[in-house]
Amino acid sequence: MRVPVSWLRVHVPGLAASAEEVGAALVRAGLEVEQVERVGADVSGVVVGRVLDVEELTGFKKPIRHCHVDVGARVHEVVCGATNFAAGDLVAFATPGAVLPGGFRIATRTTYGRTSDGMICSAGELGLPDDGDGILVLEGEPALGADVVALLQLRDEVLDIAVTPDRGYVLSVRGVARETATAFGLELADPGLVVPEPAGDGHPVRVDDPAGCDRFVARTVTGLDPAATSPLWLQRRLLLAGMRPISLAVDVTNHVMLELGQPLHAYDADRLQGALVARRAQPGERVTTLDGQDRALDPGDLVIADDRGAIGVAGVMSGASTEVHAGTTAVVLEAAHFAPVAIARSARRHRLPSEASKRFERGVDLALAPAAAEAAVRLLVALGGGTAGGGTDVDLRTPPPVLRLPVAQPGRVAGRDYAPDVVRRRLEDVGCSVTGDDPLEVVPPPWRPDLTAPVDLVEEVVRLEGYDTIPVVLPPAPAGGGLTPEQRLRRTASRALAAAGLVEVTTPPFVAAEALARLGDVPASPRLLNPLSEAEALLRPLLLPGLLAALLRNASRGQADVALFETGPVFLGAGQVVAAPGVDRRPTDAELAVLDSALPAQPRHAGVVLAGTRGGRPVDWADAVEALVALGAALGLALRPARGTGTGYHPGRCAELLLDGARVGVAGELHPRVVEAHGLPARTVAGEVDLDALVAAAAARGPVRAPVVSPYPPASVDVALVVDATTPAADLEAALREGAGPLLEGLRLFDVYTGPQVGAGKRSLAFALRFRAPDRTLTDVEVLGARDAAVAEAGRRTGAVLRA
Amino acid sequence: MHALDPASPAGALDAARDDALAAIAAAADLDALVALRPAVLGDRSPVALARRGLGSLPGPDRAEAGRRVNAVVTALTAAYDARRAVLQDERDARVLVEEAVDVTALPGRLPVGARHPLTTVQERAVDAFVAMGWEVAEGPEVEHEWFNFDALNFPKDHPAREMQDTLFVAPEGSGLVLRTHTSPVQVRTLLSRELPVHVVAPGRVYRADALDATHSPVFAQLEGLCVDEGITMAHLRGTLDAFAVAMFGPGMRTRLRPSFFPFTEPSAELDLQCFHCLGRSAEPGGEPCRVCSSEGWIEVGGCGMVNPAVLVAAGVDPERYSGFAFGMGLDRTLMFRHGATDIRDFYEGDQRFTLPFGLEA
Repeated sequence: MRVPVSWLRVHVPGLAASAEEVGAALVRAGLEVEQVERVGADVSGVVVGRVLDVEELTGFKKPIRHCHVDVGARVHEVVCGATNFAAGDLVAFATPGAVLPGGFRIATRTTYGRTSDGMICSAGELGLPDDGDGILVLEGEPALGADVVALLQLRDEVLDIAVTPDRGYVLSVRGVARETATAFGLELADPGLVVPEPAGDGHPVRVDDPAGCDRFVARTVTGLDPAATSPLWLQRRLLLAGMRPISLAVDVTNHVMLELGQPLHAYDADRLQGALVARRAQPGERVTTLDGQDRALDPGDLVIADDRGAIGVAGVMSGASTEVHAGTTAVVLEAAHFAPVAIARSARRHRLPSEASKRFERGVDLALAPAAAEAAVRLLVALGGGTAGGGTDVDLRTPPPVLRLPVAQPGRVAGRDYAPDVVRRRLEDVGCSVTGDDPLEVVPPPWRPDLTAPVDLVEEVVRLEGYDTIPVVLPPAPAGGGLTPEQRLRRTASRALAAAGLVEVTTPPFVAAEALARLGDVPASPRLLNPLSEAEALLRPLLLPGLLAALLRNASRGQADVALFETGPVFLGAGQVVAAPGVDRRPTDAELAVLDSALPAQPRHAGVVLAGTRGGRPVDWADAVEALVALGAALGLALRPARGTGTGYHPGRCAELLLDGARVGVAGELHPRVVEAHGLPARTVAGEVDLDALVAAAAARGPVRAPVVSPYPPASVDVALVVDATTPAADLEAALREGAGPLLEGLRLFDVYTGPQVGAGKRSLAFALRFRAPDRTLTDVEVLGARDAAVAEAGRRTGAVLRA
Repeated sequence: MHALDPASPAGALDAARDDALAAIAAAADLDALVALRPAVLGDRSPVALARRGLGSLPGPDRAEAGRRVNAVVTALTAAYDARRAVLQDERDARVLVEEAVDVTALPGRLPVGARHPLTTVQERAVDAFVAMGWEVAEGPEVEHEWFNFDALNFPKDHPAREMQDTLFVAPEGSGLVLRTHTSPVQVRTLLSRELPVHVVAPGRVYRADALDATHSPVFAQLEGLCVDEGITMAHLRGTLDAFAVAMFGPGMRTRLRPSFFPFTEPSAELDLQCFHCLGRSAEPGGEPCRVCSSEGWIEVGGCGMVNPAVLVAAGVDPERYSGFAFGMGLDRTLMFRHGATDIRDFYEGDQRFTLPFGLEA
């Protein structure tokens, strides 16, 4: 809502504060004043002048005039391209040195062979609404040389207010004036209380849907001069408020809407056939709205109809067939009250947010319709030469609720005391009628449909007394349990990956179906109904796509060595349609379980991606695997790699990560085709684990048992085993561990050999075994016995033989 | 050197000693010195042989000869050790200089990582509340409208729902949304925990906003909820001020401006004193401040007293209990605390942006 401060001052006559002070006071009262805009402040040097003579210059492509203009102090000669004026007219004359909007400076110059010592201004050149007819001819008898800025009130301030959904009344100068008057303790000259003259027989009106329309006022004005246009002051107010002047009848309805908050519509009386009817749309009904769109109506739409059918979507947009036009001489004004929900649904259904629907959605003053219609009638009579005709008022309102407010309740909520007379006065400031002592019996004013419960009244008292008067008190400290084990472990996971030399990213979860298809066969994930971009309409089933996008972005910005990680939820499966419970009570556990069953699975994952070099050597598959193994170790978990497959991974360089034998993730080098399809750096590696599974396992593991550290010396033995080249080292390692028994303290793969010495299809893996007993120094016999047992078990499981 | 008769005149022992001392002094390096040791102090050295011969001497002579031999051994040992120390110093001076490296030329073997500042600023904010005894609650990002809107007192078709620019999740009619705020965690908390509750809920939220320097469709919030008997708006102010100090330092204050949220009544916008100018830019004659546009305050979120309708939907008796709630943008907190100017940097994953933050920003 844009409110010219000059307009505001009309309704708060005693207001002496500056625009900035008004803005600050309104902010304190809870109106979101986004800015205080100054208009016309940059205009100077424009004065009233009289055209003394007009000489038409010939020989040019367009009409050019040379005139003399008397500004009182002297006479200027000036060249002008407009033709809509004559000698004797009063004009706005920019003298040399004048400044027009936008900093445009006027100087003496020579043009079309004559001296031009200033400029005759058009309305547009002064920052005013411009009908395009040429220069602005001033009306009345202003003094020559008078300042046009003051004369035309070019200088003003505009409060730009963002209106919250509960405050429909603030979408009017009247509503802002009420808050201003309250804030400064001034009288409000309420234009919404103008009592309409008793109306005679008006245009017939019928309300078929009292739930959708509980008030419908129709007023007729006849004998309008079709040539009458809106005066400058009215156009100026509309323009400053952000609306475009259109025609007198439309401008008047908009002016009244801006001033009072009541949307109005003017029908051409001669185009109406029969009674105006407020009803729901009939099946298959259509209407062509003012914007020229032919619209199919929904049976839920509230419409205004006449004998021919729907002539407009009620409270949203009227129809083209009954629109006022250049020849209109009689209008029927509609001032109605519609149900907010019906208007909100229609406006959304037809994608037609309008000035009217914005107000009806938020709730319009229930008592305002007759006063608003009267205001419009008076303006049309005064400005359009019309005659006030009959009026009709269908009034189906229900009486307002009486709210009972314990007088101490505002204090209980705020944590400070308010005197009973303060509570009462503040509620009256808002417009409530207040009776009784305790509880107070409060009837909210008709423009505050948002005041429906005692707590709403509490807010009015507390905000008007000022939030800054509420004391600052810490609540008693609870005996909290701190972070849960899971929450601590998740922090540890993040720290572990960063400590391993990876950089955290937080990527948006939106992915393209094609991006997932490039990876291969990925799990299904939910789709967005209104995605930001149609291309990225899916939620991620994996962290990998977002990580690859971030990797590519780094690479495209010249960073060859990249190591990234992300933790966060992935989205699996699809949502379900379930019945939602009401909100008038706690849902049953069964109802809550149904709600939760509608959600897709959202496990947290941890993912890594690396490319380029790391620690001075090229990144390879092991960097991804070891990063995730390190993550597991930080949580106290042993993740074991096993040969595996993963969507998008190189089939020969992919490990699945096992926790107690169960697959919890995958890591390795990406498939060359995936690398090529994404344009990734060669040999990009990645990995991803189910972080929730790891954290749950770590949290369930209980306290770690402290190991016994043996003080006896170790015995080391190396074995080189020849196996099929396809046998995983991890299998061999597991067999050696198993076979060696409890004396084995550690085991390390230190050499892998393939070549003629072991034969084709074979390879030799050399392990260093370290034995130690907790209670004695091992004998050679014991050590060799354990070694032999280890080798034997490896041979039994994998066919391994000692390398010759 | 030759074997020494312990009974021989003192001069012979002295001569052998002098020979040995000369040899020790002449040893040019440690290797030469060590090679010399058997000849001067070893089992078959003159002094060792002399000591061995002591047994054959008569009593009085034996004692005298013994003393002389011991004196020589002591002298030789001292000379040897002294020479070894000198030679070691010489070797160290030479070899350690030769082995010197340029310690400023790091090979970069240990890669350096970092955590995202949104993660660490979130942990810092959470920890401020945990220190006050609060706990941390969580909820899903794909959420049912019942939690995101209905139970938070957003009437169906109310313009307040429109304000949220909601991203809806298939299937049509499922009522599933990407949560537009962390407030549904309030409802989940009240439904699942015993009263009283003091919880914060950090997390990602979503709006159908195009990505630009100051808007992102994905952003991070911190929700807070306190419900107990006798909780007032004064407690809200006290908690927010305590948080501001914990997060931004002593003297930092907050301001509440009346506003509207369906799930709080009364409602307020939450402003933080501009930590850059500390509000001075808004005072007469103050230097203009770019961070707060010289308003002295920065809007960081919304708050208010929990609307009784929310308590009812969650099965809490509003006659007995009251509470306050707040929600604030962690992205904005990060922008202000660290002077970040472009929110896109938070979500693009450029490692140059994140690396300087280390593991704890």
